[in-house]
Amino acid sequence: MYNGKYIIPGLIIFLALVLFPFIKGAGLGPLKVETEKPKNSKECVLKTEKMRDVHMVLLNEWRDDVIRNGKRVYTNESGKQFNMSLTNTCMGCHENKDKFCDKCHVEVGVNPYCWNCHNTSPLKKEGEK
Amino acid sequence: MAGLVTAFLAVVALAAVAALGAGAGMANVFGIAVPYVAVAIFVAGFIKKVIGWASTPQPFSIATTGGQQQSLPWIKQSKFDNPSTPFQTVVRMALEVLCFRSLFRNTKLDNRASEGRVGYGSDKSLWLFSLMFHYSFLIVLFRHMRFFLEPVPMVVTGVEFVDSILQIAAPTLYLTDVFFVVGVSFLLARRIWDPKVSYISLVSDYFPLFLILAIALSGIYMRYFAKVDVIAIKQLAIGLVSFKPVIPPNIDWSFYMHFFLVCVLWAYFPFSKLMHLGGVFLSPTRNLPNNTRMVRYINPWNDPSIKPHSYADYEDDFREKMIEAGLPVDKEA
Repeated sequence: MYNGKYIIPGLIIFLALVLFPFIKGAGLGPLKVETEKPKNSKECVLKTEKMRDVHMVLLNEWRDDVIRNGKRVYTNESGKQFNMSLTNTCMGCHENKDKFCDKCHVEVGVNPYCWNCHNTSPLKKEGEK
Repeated sequence: MAGLVTAFLAVVALAAVAALGAGAGMANVFGIAVPYVAVAIFVAGFIKKVIGWASTPQPFSIATTGGQQQSLPWIKQSKFDNPSTPFQTVVRMALEVLCFRSLFRNTKLDNRASEGRVGYGSDKSLWLFSLMFHYSFLIVLFRHMRFFLEPVPMVVTGVEFVDSILQIAAPTLYLTDVFFVVGVSFLLARRIWDPKVSYISLVSDYFPLFLILAIALSGIYMRYFAKVDVIAIKQLAIGLVSFKPVIPPNIDWSFYMHFFLVCVLWAYFPFSKLMHLGGVFLSPTRNLPNNTRMVRYINPWNDPSIKPHSYADYEDDFREKMIEAGLPVDKEA
């Protein structure tokens, strides 16, 4: 082999880059994401599996309906009605952003900008405890 | 044209195999067995190829001389197009690898009817779209580390933040997704519609383009249309890198299609033109300094027992015969 003093370090860098996830991941346990279950409610707006995949789409539709169409009530498949509100409806049940929303979002490095504007918990009315 | 159709059909067949196979209970094959085999082929094949190149003797110094070479002190040398020192050569290599400098000089023959002649004009489109494609690919690959590293490093989320800075839709649109597809589409369109390029294009030129385009489109489909269960996919990815593979339920078929096409890319890589990833560093026309007038370049396959034979030695050997034949000699007998 010619020019080994350049090529061998180059190949070592290549190997380190390619195998980095394996070196870092060896010995990791299975990945588990536990979100806090709401205490006061059993049913979500959509089925859990559906919610898991398309909650961002639903929130986008709600935003469009509320802001652009002035529509504030959402009726789901079973005819139940919900106030289209992230803070009041979603986070009325899933109270803790850190223990619910962020669990998955942080896990896969997603940083939604919902809470740049929205409150993380329903606002208490004056005098309410 | 046959190459184009063959390559397209091959990619469609591969995508269909994974999409149908994973649905038919072969998730283990496409989610566990194939990825490990593909990474093994990629790493072993890549190293074998580079060692093969490195073991090939380089008989001549064949640096390209893209400008004025080092000459008399008052003649300006173009240092990075015609480097004569190791440092200048490193700069030339860096400009080539990071900025695709040789493509920047791409020219196009055009008919200048008003001037009554043809001429060479600058054609930077190949440079622009290649650069766009390669850097987008790099960023897309880097962003994917969020699935393979636990916890997700800050730098990956940082890149992701910048990439989705326009905050279009949810999940947010990655700008590199757009640039990637535009870049690879240009490279494909150029191969199809530029007659000069089309004429010299083979299956091995079309196949990687279709494959990479299919990978991009399947990834885009997963993220923006199918909205796959990302946590389940990360469970699979972490299972692979921690050598405790699992197949979580609730993984969409589109994931297996995307993942299988990526595995095909890995496995195909070392045997294809895509090896320019490693080859660019080993190009003698780029990585040699043009210093043959200062340093003697020794052909490595020269027999060391054969010593150099100068003209003075030659004259010593044949002086009498030369004088006899009336040839001029430097040193009289």
